[in-house]
Amino acid sequence: MTATTAAFAAYIVAGLLFILSLAGLSRHESAKAGNTFGMAGMAIALVATIGLASRSVSALGIGLLAVAVVIGAAIGLWRARQVEMTGMPELIAILHSFVGLAAVLVGWNGYLSVEANLAEQTEVTGSLLGIHSAEVSIGVFIGAVTFTGSIVAFLKLSGRIKSNPLMLPAHNLLNLGALVAFVVLTVVFVLEPSLLILSLLTLIALALGWHLVASIGGGDMPVVVSMLNSYSGWAAAASGFLLGNDLLIITGALVGSSGAYLSYIMCRAMNRSFISVIAGGFGNEGAASTDDRDYGEHTEIDAESVAELLKDASSVVITPGYGMAVAQAQSAVAELTRHLRDKGVDVRFGIHPVAGRLPGHMNVLLAEAKVPYDIVLEMDEINDDLADTDVVLVIGANDTVNPAATEDPSSPIAGMPVLKVWEAERVVVFKRSMNTGYAGVQNPLFFRENSRMLFGDARERVEDILRAL
Amino acid sequence: MHIGVPRENKARETRVAATPETVTKLVGLGYDVVVETGAGAASSFPDEAYAGAGAAVGTAAEAWEADVVLRVNAPAADEIGRLRDGAVLISLLSPALNPDLVDALAQRPITALAMDAVPRISRAQSLDVLSSMANIAGYRAVIEAAHVFGRFFTGQVTAAGKVPPAKVLVVGAGVAGLAAIGAASSLGAIVRATDVRPEVAEQVRSLGGEYVAVPAGEQEVSSDGYAREMGEDFNRRAAEMYAEQVPDADIVITTALIPGRLAPLLITEEMVASMKSGSVIVDMAAAQGGNVAGSVADEIVVTPDGVSIIGYTDLPGRLPAQASQLYGTNLVNLMKLLTPEKDGRLVLDLDDVVQRSMTVVHEGRKTWPPPPVQVSAAPVQAPTVAVENVRPKAPPPPSRKFMVVGVAAALLFAITAFSPNELIQHFTVFALAVVVGYYVIGHVHHALHTPLMSVTNAISGIIVVGALLQIGHDDPVVTTLAFIAILLASINVFGGFAVTRRMLGMFTRG
Repeated sequence: MTATTAAFAAYIVAGLLFILSLAGLSRHESAKAGNTFGMAGMAIALVATIGLASRSVSALGIGLLAVAVVIGAAIGLWRARQVEMTGMPELIAILHSFVGLAAVLVGWNGYLSVEANLAEQTEVTGSLLGIHSAEVSIGVFIGAVTFTGSIVAFLKLSGRIKSNPLMLPAHNLLNLGALVAFVVLTVVFVLEPSLLILSLLTLIALALGWHLVASIGGGDMPVVVSMLNSYSGWAAAASGFLLGNDLLIITGALVGSSGAYLSYIMCRAMNRSFISVIAGGFGNEGAASTDDRDYGEHTEIDAESVAELLKDASSVVITPGYGMAVAQAQSAVAELTRHLRDKGVDVRFGIHPVAGRLPGHMNVLLAEAKVPYDIVLEMDEINDDLADTDVVLVIGANDTVNPAATEDPSSPIAGMPVLKVWEAERVVVFKRSMNTGYAGVQNPLFFRENSRMLFGDARERVEDILRAL
Repeated sequence: MHIGVPRENKARETRVAATPETVTKLVGLGYDVVVETGAGAASSFPDEAYAGAGAAVGTAAEAWEADVVLRVNAPAADEIGRLRDGAVLISLLSPALNPDLVDALAQRPITALAMDAVPRISRAQSLDVLSSMANIAGYRAVIEAAHVFGRFFTGQVTAAGKVPPAKVLVVGAGVAGLAAIGAASSLGAIVRATDVRPEVAEQVRSLGGEYVAVPAGEQEVSSDGYAREMGEDFNRRAAEMYAEQVPDADIVITTALIPGRLAPLLITEEMVASMKSGSVIVDMAAAQGGNVAGSVADEIVVTPDGVSIIGYTDLPGRLPAQASQLYGTNLVNLMKLLTPEKDGRLVLDLDDVVQRSMTVVHEGRKTWPPPPVQVSAAPVQAPTVAVENVRPKAPPPPSRKFMVVGVAAALLFAITAFSPNELIQHFTVFALAVVVGYYVIGHVHHALHTPLMSVTNAISGIIVVGALLQIGHDDPVVTTLAFIAILLASINVFGGFAVTRRMLGMFTRG
């Protein structure tokens, strides 16, 4: 056993631990163990790598390494402790951008230490040199797209910039042009590596990443975030190819394909093709915002009457949406849930796959508020039971409970699977105003005879109901 | 302003236009309320209760002298004369059936609102007396039938033998019909219901009834919320259906009414004769001529074959306290609409379609009939047909799948075959890892997607390994870049795992 074989053995173990980690996350019961597996794998990988590096690196290098890890760890742990659960999407997005940037830096380093240093370097020779150059260019490209894309996603999610989709003329051509330019530049770079070409390529990739996400609107963020998750994986995998490191390849491919699969699930939940989401601009084609059809009148209700309704109900389903996160209403909702359950009311939650701004966002918010996870069901599990439900509380959700998706073939969201809350005996919709949701589509649910509107801040209204109970 | 609530004088009328509870609400709207002595007696509301709710108990004259007079029944000729000039009368008026009454009211400089002319739109539901009274009547019809019917409604197996459940047929699934279906099925009977509008089938089922459709006919979608008279052919098919259903039923309750016309005759003499002895028919349309041959308004008729036909027209009044309460609440809702400032001043807005429809006489001017109101609740045409077109995303044919796999395989083959040895090894690892990743994630529980993302985030911080291998390079630029990369990736690794841990700690089982 040499140091090198030991390191490679450690990598294989680490790779398998990562697979176990993801597998463990498939169920609540094993999720914590999964996380531990992941940490163990990472620890093993880090120790092995540092061990390998320490043989060839100066004391200064080791010192820098330690400083970098300690600073990074401190920042990471601090953020993880501080973050509000409503701010999870932003945190995840910014973390993606770090991976992207790191991949860009690793790629540049690859270039600087090999291609730019041909006379002295001995790592890569002959035909492998061309491949190395291609790997550098691919790695930098994916990394840069991930980096700026995640930055824009972060800015949009944290409300620092408007979440409306940016519509440049011929945006699809722009994206396509950037891809073509990337291919051409890669070929040029392989034949004749130069700093200029690599810089150009990096800039194009940065611009592409920015434009891709800028042209996607806020409601599509679950897809964007999981897509960026996927990209960050591919970026890591590309770095693995560059460095000839199997652990990076395995991990990157795992993360990349898992992110892609998640994006696929999200797209299916919105009945849209993946391409149309990542190419941006959904919902702008047939926006029905000018639609002046007469939907009738909506009926308002006050918190006391909702309390009465809930008192008399035997089964209640709560369908939260992004609005609950915005109003920070999850604790109040959880309190209401506890109260009703103590009175023997069967309370459950119905979560639409794209509720919130992150896959599984609502689940995390509810878990934070100590709502037991076994009453939090997903759309397919609860949809058939809604018809037998006495009261449905729609808190800050709109498009995900829109009957137009199943009933109105001309609606822009036609065919999107939705929670069929209108089948319940009574529906109470918590809403700030009669404005449309993200898709810009009017929601006929509000005008149904069994619907009641409760206007105002979701948290205050829920607290009013609690007081009335 | 004063609101007067006079006693009802019509024979057998037990209702009253205000209860102590609704008086409180009227007072809350800023009105002074005068209730005639004994007005609520028949509904079991004593004068003291009204006084306790904030009303003044006065004479008939005082009640009729008020600015606003609330009534259940239309005033008699002499009572119209007792209204003061400029008064507002709110009552059931049946303006379509009583043109003379409308003319008589228009002789006086008063305003008259008909509670039974509320348009059937969602917004006006809270004022809709016809609905609230029909609800009571439907319930009471079942109770009356049960009273006359010599058997249980519910099926039982007892030591003294087996009792079959009663079979109830409800004709017309409007508000009254639906109330009857609900009441009968909660008594345990087997309930069938028919209606010419197929869209009510769902409502019938929701109350525990079974919907019997008139066989194959053109769809009848109502545009104003009421049933209409049907075509010749349709009536024939409906008659055949009744002839089939009626003999099987123990109780038949008919509720078919067409506004402003005589009720249609649905159950013929032969059908009545075909029923078993002891069966009961409740003809809720008896006041408008009846749906059943041989029914007499306000009486129970027993046919020679032993079938009882109940023709009571005062079914709501047989639940006086309940009927008064609902009627009074309808009036309160109307007063809320008419008192936008809650200052006890009545403001009639004839631009509002609800108020316009109800106004029969406005300041001595006849304003009946009002312009027609279309109901927004009419179902959108043929949504079911279109729904099927909405999902064109049929699974792609298998041939396409094979092609995709084939192209991918060929591509992978080409890339790998022309690669140097070392790269092949990496490709193998890469391809297998992609597949593993796909299958592992496929089973992840929906609720765990966020922790999954943060853990994959942490794991993709593995890129730190790449940077670690580059640090300590002679080139200071490379070292600097590697330093930054390590720092960023470390944030990911530690932050990602820590936040996942924190999140998973929150998930608890109930």
